[in-house]
Amino acid sequence: MIRFLLMLAVLVPLSLPALAVQPDEVLSDAGMEARARVISKQLRCLVCQGEDIDESAAGLARDLRLLVRERLTAGDTDQQVLDFIQTRYGDYVLMKPPVAPRTWILWLTPVLMVLGGFGVVWRQIKRSGDSKSTAGGDGI
Amino acid sequence: MKPQLMAMIPLVLFVALLAMVAAPLLRGTDPAKLESAMIGRAVPAFTAAGVLPNGAGLSRDDLLGHVSVVNFFASWCVPCQAEQPVLARLAAKTDAAVYGINYKDRPDAAAAWLEKHGNPFRAVAGDRDGRIAIEWGVYGVPETFVVDQQGIIRLRHVGPLTDADLENTILPLLEGIRK
Repeated sequence: MIRFLLMLAVLVPLSLPALAVQPDEVLSDAGMEARARVISKQLRCLVCQGEDIDESAAGLARDLRLLVRERLTAGDTDQQVLDFIQTRYGDYVLMKPPVAPRTWILWLTPVLMVLGGFGVVWRQIKRSGDSKSTAGGDGI
Repeated sequence: MKPQLMAMIPLVLFVALLAMVAAPLLRGTDPAKLESAMIGRAVPAFTAAGVLPNGAGLSRDDLLGHVSVVNFFASWCVPCQAEQPVLARLAAKTDAAVYGINYKDRPDAAAAWLEKHGNPFRAVAGDRDGRIAIEWGVYGVPETFVVDQQGIIRLRHVGPLTDADLENTILPLLEGIRK
């Protein structure tokens, strides 16, 4: 039992996700640090692309985390910080792309697909209702 | 619409999707290389001290009034080694100024590296904490920018330059800007 507990004590910490944010990056102001974490989660790490900078161990991600904290300390709002980085790295740096004419196709496609699906279903229902008296329709 | 035509819709959509996915692959573009948001914008304000002993530094104002090529490099960057002879050929073939910005590096390491692999740069500026690179939207080394006389960024190349890049992209652009 003691061996089992010891094993747990060793293995559980090892299985926790490695934290990317280093202690020396953390701001002393807890409120500002919390804002920095939220902003970091919205910014993509451009070197690793699938990760946000809050969870990435890449050097550039660290630099951007430090930059985010520096801008906050300088008095920027959350949006100003995001804008600052977006103007330099483009839309792609945002984990959630902005809604703008150039991204309408991205945002509208799912809606159109669902509406199209409803259309197909509606046609099917209508047709099977019409053809009940005759041969019992064979789908599309 | 006729049922036969309706049945074609999924096929057409599938072919369209296939074309969308295949086009970048066939063109040979690397999806990991991202469009720069900085194209067509003014060079960000920066001032950097020189890296070499007695060497000049670089600031935004130094880039105004002439066409320039700005290369971000580091001594720890292996692709940069392959690129260095290409930059030397570029500097020989054009009268545009070729500048180096030394990214996250020690000045002595950079100086030794330039000694070994050649130094085609008119000035080499140090960007030890990588802040200037962030201002330019750089996300890795090497990256190369072409800046026109007005200080507007006209081109960004990610990764090492090849001779083909020089002939097909960089030199024609430099020629075009000068007119």
